[in-house]
Amino acid sequence: MNLITKSLAALAVLGMTSAAFAEPVKVGMITTLSGGGASLGIDARDGFMLAIKQSGNKDVDVVIEDDQRKPDVAVQIADKMIQSDKVDILTGIIWSNLAMAVVPAAVAQGKFYLSVNAAPSQLAGKGCNAHYFSVSYQNDNLHEAAGAYATDAGYKNTFILAPNYPAGKDSLTGFKRFYKGELAGEVYTQLGQTDYAAEIAQIRASGADSVFFFLPGGMGIAFMKQYAQSGVDIPLIGPAFSFDQGILQAVGDAALGVKNTANWSKDIDNAANKAFVEGFQAEYDRLPSIYASYGYDTANLMLSALAKASPSDADAFQKALEAADFNSVRGKFSFASNHHPIQDIYVREVVKEGDILTNKIVGTAMTDRSNAYVDDCKM
Amino acid sequence: MLRETPVNIALVLLLLTVPVAASAMDEPFIVTLATKVAIFATAAVGLNIALGHGGLVSFGHAAFFGIGGYGAGILASHAQNYEPLMTWPFTVEGTQQMLIIWPVALLAGGIAALAIGALSLRTSGVYFIMITLAFAQMVFYFAVSWPAYGGEDGLPIYVRNSFPGLNTLRPLDFFAVAFVWFLAATLFSILLSRSRFGLALQGARQNVERVRAVGIDPYRLRLVAFTISGMITALAGALYADLNRFVSPSMLSWQTSGEIMVFIILGGVGRHFGPLAGAALFILLEYALGGVSEYWKFLLGVLLLLVVLFAHGGLIGVVTRRRHHG
Amino acid sequence: MSAALLIEQVLNGLQLGVMLFVMAAGLTLIFGVMGLINLAHGSLYMVGAFACAAVAAATGSFWLGLAASLAAAAITGAIVEIVVIRRLYSRDHLDQVLATFALILIFSEGTRWLFGSFPLYLDVPPILSGAVPLPGGGAYSLYRLAIIGAGILVAAGLFLLIGRTRLGIRIRAGEADREMIAALGVDIGRLYTMVFALGAALAGFAGALVGTIQSVQVGMGEPVLILAFVVIVIGGIGSIKGAFIGALLVGITDTLGRFLLPIAFGTVMNASDATAVGSALASMLIYILMAVVLVVRPGGLYGTAT
Repeated sequence: MNLITKSLAALAVLGMTSAAFAEPVKVGMITTLSGGGASLGIDARDGFMLAIKQSGNKDVDVVIEDDQRKPDVAVQIADKMIQSDKVDILTGIIWSNLAMAVVPAAVAQGKFYLSVNAAPSQLAGKGCNAHYFSVSYQNDNLHEAAGAYATDAGYKNTFILAPNYPAGKDSLTGFKRFYKGELAGEVYTQLGQTDYAAEIAQIRASGADSVFFFLPGGMGIAFMKQYAQSGVDIPLIGPAFSFDQGILQAVGDAALGVKNTANWSKDIDNAANKAFVEGFQAEYDRLPSIYASYGYDTANLMLSALAKASPSDADAFQKALEAADFNSVRGKFSFASNHHPIQDIYVREVVKEGDILTNKIVGTAMTDRSNAYVDDCKM
Repeated sequence: MLRETPVNIALVLLLLTVPVAASAMDEPFIVTLATKVAIFATAAVGLNIALGHGGLVSFGHAAFFGIGGYGAGILASHAQNYEPLMTWPFTVEGTQQMLIIWPVALLAGGIAALAIGALSLRTSGVYFIMITLAFAQMVFYFAVSWPAYGGEDGLPIYVRNSFPGLNTLRPLDFFAVAFVWFLAATLFSILLSRSRFGLALQGARQNVERVRAVGIDPYRLRLVAFTISGMITALAGALYADLNRFVSPSMLSWQTSGEIMVFIILGGVGRHFGPLAGAALFILLEYALGGVSEYWKFLLGVLLLLVVLFAHGGLIGVVTRRRHHG
Repeated sequence: MSAALLIEQVLNGLQLGVMLFVMAAGLTLIFGVMGLINLAHGSLYMVGAFACAAVAAATGSFWLGLAASLAAAAITGAIVEIVVIRRLYSRDHLDQVLATFALILIFSEGTRWLFGSFPLYLDVPPILSGAVPLPGGGAYSLYRLAIIGAGILVAAGLFLLIGRTRLGIRIRAGEADREMIAALGVDIGRLYTMVFALGAALAGFAGALVGTIQSVQVGMGEPVLILAFVVIVIGGIGSIKGAFIGALLVGITDTLGRFLLPIAFGTVMNASDATAVGSALASMLIYILMAVVLVVRPGGLYGTAT
């Protein structure tokens, strides 16, 4: 954030202090609570609601609806929330394709959208919008960090694979952006594929020295279990999605020792993160996932901005969001000019704590990483 | 005991008055829901021509629904980007004009239905169910993995396509469009069922030999019915794309095929207004139960099972206490 | 491309094929004997996988889990048959499709309600973990070899059951003439329940075996179900032999298609486009295979013409 906007934000704070909490704020959360991807949406929701609860703020009214991971359902819920519930702020969408269906129309109607996860490149570059903020990352970030890590670790011949859909292609493009070595192979699998024997055979035959894969959800579980059984022992690298708290227990020991890149980990040492991890365990009796952390940060960012301005004063509220004046569980956090985070991205390793598989930070892949689309965004 | 016709008229009037009233009370979302009912009912009217009249249990109508949707989405996206659809042998530009999009959707749906029908109708019974399902899956996987129009991410239509004289962005105007199409499709379906073609089709469902004996080829008869059926469903798909301003492969998924069938059975098989009753009930349930429980589909499943097992005439059958004899 | 890689891919195709056979055999038996199309067959696959994961987690033994998967799926199948399915035999296919579609909704959401939305953990037993060397320098997962073996044993067992036992004679008689078998004094209700439970147990067994190396989660059954449909359409409905040949055809076509098509396209276009186009085409390949079979033989390879 540059000096001018920062001082503008400060001015806005001075002018708006009395506006805070003048009226209840309605927030619409559209997220996936049923079907295959439900665990992600449930975690994001729980993280978000935990932050609201901890804040003790009674003036925030959150309406939550299940999008069933269907873009058409998400659009209809957004219509309902805007037209019928008259929400001021929307949030919650996990999947990029749902975000692309909802966000452009929502911000065009003057609503604010705060992303707890999905941040497709279209919304970061030419399609950026003053009312759209991604609190999580830009989609390419964790893949870029994996590429940077592979280069730092001295890998020269990496085999890369992802599902054959836009986010999969973005993932491999992101990896290649910071990877300096050769590619042993580049394979696109079918989305939702559950058997990776054919791909593992190709990895075995390719002579690769490392494997980068992006297979979210059940696909990643299947891949890692089958990889562990195949007798191939080339090191794996991936973005955090396949090594997240909700998934690791299903993968089992097959995931032990795998390096993955993430912008959050439960062992990041700061007060906000401590309060989050302990609070989450106390409230829900399980370890928080990365999606829960995004939900928590999103709610805290929103609360920090609400303390300074009301969404009905759109410009002031936007400035208050841009200031990112909250304690992120990730530590330092600020917004780039296209409203995506500037943050450190870590390398984590899957370890066992007692019987529970979890992640531990072992290094930093990128420092103060913004994103590749900042210059395309004119707002 | 109620007669069926007054019930049907009441249903249509209800579909018309609810959104008008909701619009007056500034509840635009209810108008959107009613539009959804009209569109889904239109899709089910299409399927009902194959399923109710022809006895062709197609489990692949999502393919036509999605193809219609993609027709609208692709034309609109080219118009938005000012890139011609093709430049050789002649230039075809994209368009946002519904009057052009609809014939394209009808044509695309018709061609797809003709091709899928020509292969699938070589078989019958349970083969036919599985084959239509498999072809719809093929189209689904193609849409997911073909990168040009968004693949799995789908394709946004940023501004709803336009119709001369209407502001389609206003919920009530767009509802009017969908409502007129629903009426037209239903009327067409009624006229078709009373025509010589429709009678022959129903004859072929009950007794193939008798139809053959009078010199009609049941294969061609069914192929025509299947094609018409696919065209109407494709048109509904184009409207649905405009309702959501978005097209995605989920329109092509096997669950969508199942849901279109569910509308018909909830309303009552073979009844001309069954699709409307079924779609209305389904969306009402989705809206009412969805707010109550994350597990509303469990309740939907139980209800559907009860209807199939014990209330074979569907909703209209329950209300009029009359089983349909078709 | 080395010979070892090709051998490995053929084994992969074989493994997919035998598991599809175990699924398709149940479907085709149920259709052959009772004339019923069962969409909820995929749900029984899921029930097997969840039962195996839950019991394996509770007892620490994969083998107890596997036994539980057979039992759970068979019992679930028998209950479903008695409560719901038996009312559908005299109904048309439309009612069968819708009722079993409703069962999918009930099973999927019910399982999610019981077990939550997170995938369950289920891993390969230690005795079958690891890989064995292949001729030509490759290696292959021992567990996958065991799956191939188990699938072939199931196939052999089914052929024996149908061909050599009293139950098999009744099943064949039921396929040929339903009124006749009832007239002969066989309790047709019990026969139907047994056949349905047998098909369910096969699906549950496949679910447990495959769930072990994939992901045990809600909705895992439906993609497999649709593949099994393709298999029995190709093989001919009601034919166990057709299901076997069809399953192997589909397994090998799918695996080799995914592997070879991108390479083939790579010879005529740049690598990135080739993988995209090749993968897109590979995902449609088995449906194209099905269409070709239909054109040549509308009743499937071993089916009686309809």
